[in-house]
Amino acid sequence: MTMATDLSEAPLPIPPRARKAAGGRPIQWLRANLFSSVPNALITLILAFLLVKAGISFVQWGFANAIWWLPGSDTAACRALRGLGACWAVIPEKYRFILFGTYPFDQQWRPAAVTLIFIALFVISSRRKFWRPTLVVVWIAALVVIGVLMWGGVLGMPYVSQDRWGGLPVTLILATFGLAFGFPLGIVVALGRHSNLPAIRSLCVLYVELIRGVPLISLLFMASVMFPLFMPDGVNIDKLLRAQIAFILYAGAYLAEVVRGGLQAVPRGQYEAADALGLSYWKKHGLVILPQAIRHVIPPLVNTFIAFFKDTSLVLIIGIFDLLTTAKTAIIDPAWQSFSVEVYVFVGLIYFAFCFAMSRYSKGLEAQDAPR
Amino acid sequence: MAEDRFISEVEDFCAVTIPTTDRPRRRSLRRSWSRQQISGLIWQIAVIAIAVAVVGFLWSNAVHNLSVRRISTGFAFLGREAGMPIADSWLAYSPKDPYARAFLVGIVNTLRVAVIGVVLATVLGTAIGIARLSSNWLLSRLAAVYVEVLRDLPLLLQLLFWYVLMQGLPAARAAWKPIDGVFLSNRGLVLPFMPVHAANLWVVGAAVLGLGAFYVLRRRLVAQQMRDGQPRRLWPYGLILIVLLPALVSWAVGASWTVTKPELRGFNFVGGLTLAPEYFALLIALVTYTSAFIAEIVRSGIQAVPRGQWDAAAALGLRRGFVLQHIVLPQALRVIIPPMTSQYLNLTKNSSLAVAVGYQDIVSIANTTLNQTGQAIEAIALIMSVFLTISLAISVFMNWYNARIALVEH
Repeated sequence: MTMATDLSEAPLPIPPRARKAAGGRPIQWLRANLFSSVPNALITLILAFLLVKAGISFVQWGFANAIWWLPGSDTAACRALRGLGACWAVIPEKYRFILFGTYPFDQQWRPAAVTLIFIALFVISSRRKFWRPTLVVVWIAALVVIGVLMWGGVLGMPYVSQDRWGGLPVTLILATFGLAFGFPLGIVVALGRHSNLPAIRSLCVLYVELIRGVPLISLLFMASVMFPLFMPDGVNIDKLLRAQIAFILYAGAYLAEVVRGGLQAVPRGQYEAADALGLSYWKKHGLVILPQAIRHVIPPLVNTFIAFFKDTSLVLIIGIFDLLTTAKTAIIDPAWQSFSVEVYVFVGLIYFAFCFAMSRYSKGLEAQDAPR
Repeated sequence: MAEDRFISEVEDFCAVTIPTTDRPRRRSLRRSWSRQQISGLIWQIAVIAIAVAVVGFLWSNAVHNLSVRRISTGFAFLGREAGMPIADSWLAYSPKDPYARAFLVGIVNTLRVAVIGVVLATVLGTAIGIARLSSNWLLSRLAAVYVEVLRDLPLLLQLLFWYVLMQGLPAARAAWKPIDGVFLSNRGLVLPFMPVHAANLWVVGAAVLGLGAFYVLRRRLVAQQMRDGQPRRLWPYGLILIVLLPALVSWAVGASWTVTKPELRGFNFVGGLTLAPEYFALLIALVTYTSAFIAEIVRSGIQAVPRGQWDAAAALGLRRGFVLQHIVLPQALRVIIPPMTSQYLNLTKNSSLAVAVGYQDIVSIANTTLNQTGQAIEAIALIMSVFLTISLAISVFMNWYNARIALVEH
C-alpha cells in the first residue's frame, strides 16, 4: 500500500507531454480526448451508454422513487417500493443510534462534541505551520478533554461507562488512540530494528514479523479471548481497552516498517556527522536522524493512517460498537430489516469522507515535496 | 563490533612503542570505547530481561488460569469429534469428523478464496491500472473513480454490502439467467460444470505436458533466432503439442466432454457448480477491493518506465498495444512485483473477514473450535502458523519470480 504511493508520483525523467489541445475549444477537446480514433470513439460511446443507463437507474432508485421521511415506524410504504426506490427514511429514524450507539440519549451532545474535537485535532495536525512541540501538548490536552467528555462523572455530567459508548466516537477513539500510542511504539521498534545490538534487533524483527504475518482478526480474537487468560486473578480489563491494546500493537508494527524505510533513506553522512559531533545515541536520533527520516515518509504514513482507520471496522467481529457495528445493529429492528443497503450507503459516506480527505491530503503533501 | 576490536588491538600494539607520556589520553580513549560497549550490553540485557519477565509473567498467569478453568493444554483435542457443521466444503466432511479434518477443510476454504482471488484481482487490477492511463478521458476518469471509491471504504463494509445484495437476489425459482445455464439467485451463483472423470484427467495431463514441451521448444527457437536472426515458425509446433496431442489422447482414452447444465428441481439446483452466496460475496469484495490497490501499483509501475521507451518504440512504428505488452510491461514488472507481493499477502490475510458473513475459512473454524473447547492458545497458534506459512510461500514464490524477470535484463 505504502509502496504504491512511493512510486506513484515519481517524477518522470522527461516531463510528460501536455494533452493535445488542452484548454482549446470544447469541440477540439472532445476530439482530442474522447474521439481521437475509431476504437477510442467506440469505447467512449459504450462507456457513455452504460454510464447514462446506470445513472438513470440510480437516480430513479435513490431520488425519484425514494421515500425520505416516514412518520412513525410503519414501513409498509417503503416495503412496497423495495427494489424500485430507496427508503432513506431509515436514516432520520436511526441516525442517532448509528452515530452514537447506546450512549444515553439526552447526553448525546457529549459524543457529538468529542467527534468535533477529533475533527478539529486532525485539521490542526495537518497544517505544516502547527508542526512544533506545542502540538504534542495540544494533543494530550485534547485527549484528556475527550476522556472527560466521554466518561463524565465531573462538572455535573453523569458518568457513562465504556460499554454504553458506540458509533462514530468509538471508531475515532480506536483509530486516534491507536495511532497516538502506536506511532511512538513504531518509532522505538524501528530504531531497535535499525540498531546494531543483535538481541534488540532480533526482538524487534520478531515482533514486527509476527504481527504483520497474521490477519488483524486473529489479533483481535487474541485480545478478546486470550487476553483474560494472561492476566492475574482479579485483573479485569474492559473489552474496548483490550481491543485498543491490540490496535496499538498492530499499528506499532506497521508504522515501524514505514519509519524504518525513512531511516534507511537518511544518508549515511548524517549519521557520521552526528557521531563526529559527539552526540549521544538519543540526541543523534532525536535531533538529526528522525526529523529527516519522518519527513521522508509522511505520504506513506498518511496512507497507513487511512488503512488503519478502515481497519478499525473489524472490531465488529468481536462485538464492539463502532460505527459499522451500530449500522449493522440498527437494521436488526424487524420494521427496518430490509433497508440495509441505505444504511450501508450512509455509513459508507462517513468513512469515505474521512479517508478521502486523508488521501487528498497525502497527495497534496507528495506534490509539495516532489523535487522541482 | 569488529571495528571496536580492531581499534583496541591497534592500541595494544601502540602501547609497546608509544612513550609513556601518552598514557592518560590513551586510557581515556579506551575507556570511552568500552563504555559504549558496556552500555550496549546493559541495554540488551535489560531489554531481554524485561521481555523474558513479561513473557514469563503472562505464561505463569495463563498456566494458572487454564488449570483453574480445567482446560488442558496441547493439541490432543485435534483428534476429538468436531461436531461442527461446515456448509461449504470441497473436501468430504461430516460433523462426526475430528477437529483436524475441520481445520483441513478450513485451510482449503481459505486457499480457495485466496488463490482465485489473487488471480482475478491481478487481472482486474491490471486492466483498471492500464485504463487509468488511457488517452480516452472518460475511461481514465471512470477508472480513477473506481480506484478512489473502493480504496476509501472499509473492506468489511464492502463485504457486508455485497452480502446484503446477494441475499436480496430473487429466490431460486425466480433466479436471474444472464446466460443460458448460469443462475444467479439468493442460493448463490450456479455455473455449468464438467464432472471430473479419470479419463479427462489424462487429457488434462497431456495438455500440461504439451504446454511444457512447447514452452521449452519456444525458448530454444527464440535462442536460435537470437543467434542467427532467422525468424522461425512457432505455430505448427503449438498446434501439434497443445491442440492435437490432447485431442489424440482424448480419443484414445475415450474421454467424454459433456458439460452438465444446472437445472432447477423443487427449491434448489441440481448439477453444475454452485458458488455459495457467502463465498461469492467474499470473492467479489476481495477482488474488487484489492484490484483498486493493484491498479495503482500497475499505473505507477508503467509511469516509472521512461517516456523515451514509448517514443523509441513509436519511432520504430510499433503499435501501442504491442509496445505496452513487449516493451513497457516487462520493464514495469520489476517495479510492480515487490508491492504486488504485499497486496497478495494482504488479500490472503483479508480473506479472514469471511467470519463476518459466515464463510467457514480457517479463522472462522478456529474461532468455533475455540468457543467449543476453550483451547484458545492452540487455536490462535494454528491460525498464526497457517498464515505465516502462506505468507512465506507467497514471498518465496514472488522472490523467485522477481529474480527470474530480473535476469531477462541485458
